[in-house]
Amino acid sequence: MASDAARWNHVWVGTETGILKGVNLQRKQAVNFTAAGQPRREEAVSALCWGAGGETQILVGCADRTVKHFSTEEGIFQGQRHCPGGEGTFRGLAQADGTLITCVDSGILRVWRDNDKEASPDPLLELRVGPGVCRMRQDPAHPHVVATGGKENALKVWDLQGSEEPVFRAKNVRNDWLDLRVPIWDQDIQFLPGSQKLVTCTGYHQVRVYDPASPQRRPVLETNYGEYPLTAMTLTPGGNSVIVGNTHGQLAEIDFRQGRLLGCLKGLAGSVRGLQCHPSKPLLASCGLDRVLRVHRIQNPRGLEHKDEPQEPNKVPSEDTETDELWVALEAAAKRKLPDLKQTQRALQTKRRKKKRPGSTSP
Amino acid sequence: MAKSGDKSGGSGKKSLKRKAAIAELQRAAVAEHEATESGVQPPKTAAFPPGFSISEIKNKQRRHLMFTRWKQQQRKEKLAAKKRLKKEREALGDKAPPKPIPKTIDNQRVYDETIVDPNDEEVAYDESTDEFASYFNRQTSPKILITTSDRPHGRTVRLCEQLSTVIPNSHVYYRRGLALKKIIPQCISRDFTDLIVINEDRKTPNGLILSHLPDGPTAHFKMSSVRLRKEIKRRGKDPTEHIPEIILNNFTTRLGHSVGRMFASLFPHNPQFIGRQVATFHNQRDYIFFRFHRYIFKSEKKVGIQELGPRFTLKLRSLQKGTFDSKYGEYEWVHKPREMDTSRRKFHL
Repeated sequence: MASDAARWNHVWVGTETGILKGVNLQRKQAVNFTAAGQPRREEAVSALCWGAGGETQILVGCADRTVKHFSTEEGIFQGQRHCPGGEGTFRGLAQADGTLITCVDSGILRVWRDNDKEASPDPLLELRVGPGVCRMRQDPAHPHVVATGGKENALKVWDLQGSEEPVFRAKNVRNDWLDLRVPIWDQDIQFLPGSQKLVTCTGYHQVRVYDPASPQRRPVLETNYGEYPLTAMTLTPGGNSVIVGNTHGQLAEIDFRQGRLLGCLKGLAGSVRGLQCHPSKPLLASCGLDRVLRVHRIQNPRGLEHKDEPQEPNKVPSEDTETDELWVALEAAAKRKLPDLKQTQRALQTKRRKKKRPGSTSP
Repeated sequence: MAKSGDKSGGSGKKSLKRKAAIAELQRAAVAEHEATESGVQPPKTAAFPPGFSISEIKNKQRRHLMFTRWKQQQRKEKLAAKKRLKKEREALGDKAPPKPIPKTIDNQRVYDETIVDPNDEEVAYDESTDEFASYFNRQTSPKILITTSDRPHGRTVRLCEQLSTVIPNSHVYYRRGLALKKIIPQCISRDFTDLIVINEDRKTPNGLILSHLPDGPTAHFKMSSVRLRKEIKRRGKDPTEHIPEIILNNFTTRLGHSVGRMFASLFPHNPQFIGRQVATFHNQRDYIFFRFHRYIFKSEKKVGIQELGPRFTLKLRSLQKGTFDSKYGEYEWVHKPREMDTSRRKFHL
């Protein structure tokens, strides 16, 4: 029964009390998974990413510096490894070719051999990224390329197979109209598919696009949204815009070709902690400090598709809620995989859509 | 038709109405091209064509008349129905069905999924390890700093003084234009557990910021209806130094729990029942009413209460994680009027 439930979860959410919740949107239920059976605040989930082998494994980075492997098929935590070094919580977790990449708050980025049997205490590679890291993100197209950024820590793109120096180091924008230095606080980074560009959102409510291929190290595009720090960002399936969320719970879709605001999404009451778009459908899952998981429709019409309460006790500081949906092979072919974001497979998608429509605009 | 104008002074309203009714009927008849025998309509029964409503009458006076007549009729019917119901109840006596409960906004409240189930273990775990855990485990006892916004006027100063008599172990300090972010580290180093800032606008206190100190949440309230001690009628003598009891009413949702715990952690954990004083935080429809009373039991079931102390009403505007940092702090809950106040029956606390 646990395996059944585990497989049919559409969205995975990590919480501050260490519980991993799988939410089934069709049945509107959430299932809790804990490593030790009891929630523990020391195991607060700070990073989530998919493990090797499709979407069958989740790597959960906890506050006590352990990375736990969770199998979605079986619904149990399979193993864990301790990743010491540096101070602070995990700010980024990634998986590449059998290796595990972790980055902590104090700027130590380590690559570990991801062997269950041989949990060697020494990392394969260690880089110092600079203190105050807020996010480390892996390029989905090139698994050995990662980008890091943080508070007073400019955006840097590293090639783990290359040299110890960053491949691209961003430069700060020019001084503002009072000739004061503009502070840097990169809160979230996304790689744009199909090109080398990166988008970042900052704590000073700016959204910036960088292009390492151009000779310009400064951002190619910069826009502002709101007055509060932007905490989370995700790319939309259309590929031309990003959705950002700030500490007041305001979500906005921003087109990064022109820097225009396309529209806002409402519903959240607390700071946005995690955003994830479905890879192909215009759906967005958002979670925040108000303890509610919401699924939004991004266009036609823009609105709230679904709201899940059961995160009762837990705030959700985890960065990623991942939308994983399984095709039941009724119609189309094999499981469609998209780079970067999680899979698209969906059971009886259109039917469910129509069923949901009439009642879906619930507040 | 035209005659009604002439007759208005002379005959009573009834004939006027009758004429109006007849006029209506005739006009309607003409409009529908029905062959009628003019003058042979029964004067009393005005048969209107179906789908006709009073609001379609263009003449204001006649329309008003029709409406008042309709209203009087409705009232009569309602009174008759009530009397009938009452007679039936008396006739049935004991077997009468129970009286139906009147609908109020409170009992029509929409089902809120965030209402905490008392057996929920996740919530219980969360509460046992949150920032107030050390208070509820009796490890720390509260020490409060009360201050105001800069340059407070008389009412605010007096409110602060009265609050400091209500809340034990509290100290009032003059603000002196200092920044809150600079005050907070100093408070933490001097072992304060909570900071209360009363904001003032145009000589009246209108806001309250309550910040739990080591790194706890900060709540920002709108304060209204402030009554100082001398403005309270039939009040008792000033409160004594005894530690009061606390009553927290109706904080049912998860957000309500957090706010309720914040209020509870202001007062020491050991109430002195000898003092017979009680502070009440009553939440109703998202407004929190603060009262301070002294009670005395006259018998097993009868209590007398005297209101002491200041009274005010609070409404939560935002709850922020961490100590006061309105620009860069992360908010756990922000009140958004256009999104959250759309339904009269939905409340958040």
